[in-house]
Amino acid sequence: MRRSLLFIPGNNPAMLQNADVFESDGLILDLEDAVHINEKDSARMLVSHYLESKQTHSLEMIVRINGLDTPYFQKDLQAVVCQQLDTIMLPKAKVKDVLDLSKMLDEIEQTKQISKEIKIIPIIELAQSVLEVNELARFPRVNGILLGAEDLSTDLEIERTKPGLEIIYPRFCVIYACKAQKIDAIDTPFTDTKDEQGLSKDCETAKMFGMNAKTAIHPNQVSIINDVFSPSEKNIAWAKRVIEAKKKAEASGLAVFSLDGKMIDKPIIDRAINILKKAEKFQLL
Amino acid sequence: MKIGVAGTLESSDVMITVREADALKITIESIVFAYFSEQIHNTILSTLREMNITNVHVLCQDKGALDYVIKARLKTAIERMKQHA
Repeated sequence: MRRSLLFIPGNNPAMLQNADVFESDGLILDLEDAVHINEKDSARMLVSHYLESKQTHSLEMIVRINGLDTPYFQKDLQAVVCQQLDTIMLPKAKVKDVLDLSKMLDEIEQTKQISKEIKIIPIIELAQSVLEVNELARFPRVNGILLGAEDLSTDLEIERTKPGLEIIYPRFCVIYACKAQKIDAIDTPFTDTKDEQGLSKDCETAKMFGMNAKTAIHPNQVSIINDVFSPSEKNIAWAKRVIEAKKKAEASGLAVFSLDGKMIDKPIIDRAINILKKAEKFQLL
Repeated sequence: MKIGVAGTLESSDVMITVREADALKITIESIVFAYFSEQIHNTILSTLREMNITNVHVLCQDKGALDYVIKARLKTAIERMKQHA
C-alpha cells in the first residue's frame, strides 16, 4: 500500500543523506536515467553502501536498476540486492525481462541468504509493455506497476501534455491490470516541479481513474501527492460511522441497513474498511 | 602510474584520489578535520584492509561525507585505479 515514491539520484550523497525526511512512503534510489554513463559504477557502490547503512528503516527501499538491455543491470543487481532492499524497479519492462529478473533474484537471494522476497515494480514505458501489462501484473514478485509516460510518449512518437489526454489508455491499462491482481497502480511523475496546482490536478485525475500512488521527482511534490492519495478526514469519519452502523445492524441480524438515508450493503462496507485500512497504514486515525 | 578518482567536491560528498605507491599514505583534507579526521582515517584504513590494499597513496578531500559515502567512494576509486591502463 503506497501513496508516494520519491526518486533520489543514486550518485548524490547530499540527497541520499536527507532522503528519509520528506515523508514519502518509499524511496526510489535511481541508477538509471539520473546517473551519467561514466558514473554508473560510483552510483552503484554508493547506493549499495547507503542501503547497508540503513539497518532499520520504515520507508520502502526501491532501487531503479538499469534496463536488462544495458550492460549494467547484472552489476546493479549484484551490488544492491541485500536484506535492506525491498523492491527492484525495472525500466522498459517486458514479460521476458520480468521472468529473467525473477530468476536472477531467486539466485541472488539464495546466494546472499536473504530472508525475504525482493519485490519487483515493472515500469510501463514501451507500447509493447502496455500490451503485456496484464501478464506483468500476474508475476508473484510484482506488487505494483508504474506507468512511465515520458519514455512511453517517446516510443509512441507523441507529445506529452499537462492534461494527459494522450496517456488515458495506458493509464487505464495499468489500473485495470493492477486492480485485477490487488496490487498498486502507480502513476507517472508530474515533470513540472514548479507547478503545484498542476501536480494537484494531475493527482486528482489519477486518483479518480483508480491509481493508488504517484511518483515524485522532487521532494516538494511529496506532500501534495500524500494529501491527494490519503483518505480525507471526511472519508475517514464516514467510514467509521459505516462500521459503527454495521456493528449495530449485525446485532439486529441485518445485512443491509441505511445511514443518512442511504442504503449500506457489502460493497459500501468494503469501501469503508479499505479507507480505514489506508488511514491506519498512513497513521491518520 | 595507476590512478583512480571517485566522488565530487559537493557538500556531503568526498573526492578520493588513489595512486599506486611504494607504501601506504593517507592524506586528509576535510571541512570537519578538527572533529572527524581520526574517524575518517580509520574508515579509510579499515576499507583498505578489507580490500587487501596496502601500497597506495590516498588523498581524501572531504566535504562532510558520512562514513558510508567515504567507503563507497574509496572502493570506487580503487576499482577505477585497478582498471586504469
